[in-house]
Amino acid sequence: MRVQEKIIEGLLWLSAAITILITVSIIWVLLSESVKFFSEVSIVRFLTEKEWTPLFAEKKFGIMPLVAGTFLTTVIAIAVALPIGLTIAIYLNEYAHARFKTFIKPLLEVLATIPTVVYGFFALTVVTPFLQSFIPGLAGFNALSAGIVMGIMIIPMISSLSEDAISAVPRSLREAAYGMGSTRLQTAFGVMVPAASSGILVSVILAISRAVGETMIVAIAAGQQPRLTLNPLVPIETITTYIVQVSLGDVPHGSLEYRTIFAAGMTLFVFTFLLNNLSFWIKKKYQEKYD
Amino acid sequence: MTKKYSKLEAINLDAYYGDFHALKGINIAMEEKAVTAFIGPSGCGKSTFLRTFNRMNDYIDGFRIEGQILLDGRDIYEKDIRVDELRKEVGMVFQKPNPFPKSIYENVVYGLKIQGIKDKKILQEACETSLQQAAIWDEVKDKLDKSALALSGGQQQRLCIARALAIQPSVILMDEPASALDPISSAKIEELIYDLKKDYTIVIVTHNMQQAGRVSDHTAFFYMGELVEYAKTKTMFTSPKDTRTQNYITGRFG
Repeated sequence: MRVQEKIIEGLLWLSAAITILITVSIIWVLLSESVKFFSEVSIVRFLTEKEWTPLFAEKKFGIMPLVAGTFLTTVIAIAVALPIGLTIAIYLNEYAHARFKTFIKPLLEVLATIPTVVYGFFALTVVTPFLQSFIPGLAGFNALSAGIVMGIMIIPMISSLSEDAISAVPRSLREAAYGMGSTRLQTAFGVMVPAASSGILVSVILAISRAVGETMIVAIAAGQQPRLTLNPLVPIETITTYIVQVSLGDVPHGSLEYRTIFAAGMTLFVFTFLLNNLSFWIKKKYQEKYD
Repeated sequence: MTKKYSKLEAINLDAYYGDFHALKGINIAMEEKAVTAFIGPSGCGKSTFLRTFNRMNDYIDGFRIEGQILLDGRDIYEKDIRVDELRKEVGMVFQKPNPFPKSIYENVVYGLKIQGIKDKKILQEACETSLQQAAIWDEVKDKLDKSALALSGGQQQRLCIARALAIQPSVILMDEPASALDPISSAKIEELIYDLKKDYTIVIVTHNMQQAGRVSDHTAFFYMGELVEYAKTKTMFTSPKDTRTQNYITGRFG
């Protein structure tokens, strides 16, 4: 019996250890390859140069165009997902009947289960042509439609997490608001949303983190042209798309061109790591407020 | 002006939670500018009944009523009644203090702000008046911009009363307002209720027999969804007519 317990304990420990080990080794690979990259290209150059052309004869290693592309698609995605997601959360919480809510919530989560490659084709073959019908200058590959579709993809993330945050607000606060003669709308925006603001903020940060790391949609629909611009109508390239492009191409292993993807990956990792920690910190700081 | 003897009325009121018959054929008329206490054991329907007067039960799935609730002679469950308007007339104080996670000032003026009042002077005056009426002005006048959550439980409850007073209702419903408080805070709330009845019609639900005896003019005893007895508080506590009332008051059950 005791031996059995020990074995089970050991197995549990092992699976936890393996997870950590894998994470650590991924970071190690990223770091070591990035260090090699930065020994050839200075970090100042990497951060300040305005062009990213490592695959061309005349090489430029400025990450900014890729960051701008990522930033642009992410901002568009959040601009779509936040208002819609929050509206859904408020609707489910303040207006919908309990039975309707139990039916609609899982349905929304289905949005999150659609493969991103499907979203990508949806952006390229449906959304872009549709947008082109009234935005004449819109290129076939563009940040706008990729961003919009990415926004649709992360709606359930925001609506679900925000809904959880709003329903975690004590019922007594809602009663207080109603008792003062608030309408449902006033209750939602004047009391419930502010009281749940930290949870809503966390949902947005996690959504940003998801959008920053999203690959397939932007790779298919946003183009592969690193460009330092905030114009959503032209082809751009995100950090993730660049990594895909090089990984799939025939760049020789161990070359400087090859190492650029680790530098780009490191940049991406730093962003998502910071965002996730920020959300964790906000959660911790504001959670105890109502306990 | 003479007092109305039927500021609030219930006529043949039945209430249901789904199949559960929570209130059975209640008839009662409550006097203006007086304190009416609802007493009875847990689950007797007194809180449910209290909440029918500002339609706070509306949001509970499966809840419905039959019969009428009249405020100044008008049926508040009629179709053209706006619930938010009704609640400006019938304020409520809850069992657990429930200030908003905002500043003390913002809490008190909340009800005015949602009515669209923006004039700073009006809001500030209303804030001071209400806090004074709720006997908490002296304790908070120097920290109006501090969070209401930093106040003690008793102070929070008086703040909630001030918040309810700020919108100048004519009726205030109190659902065991002192039950979550220490004896000193509780006594302060009782004093406050006594002062407030000069201007307001107060209906209070309480578990505390002594409290009902001290603060109320009339008492209604509920048992298993029925209004068993309704009389002047003194009369009820000295010579209850129904044996169930007598048993409850003397502490034989409940």
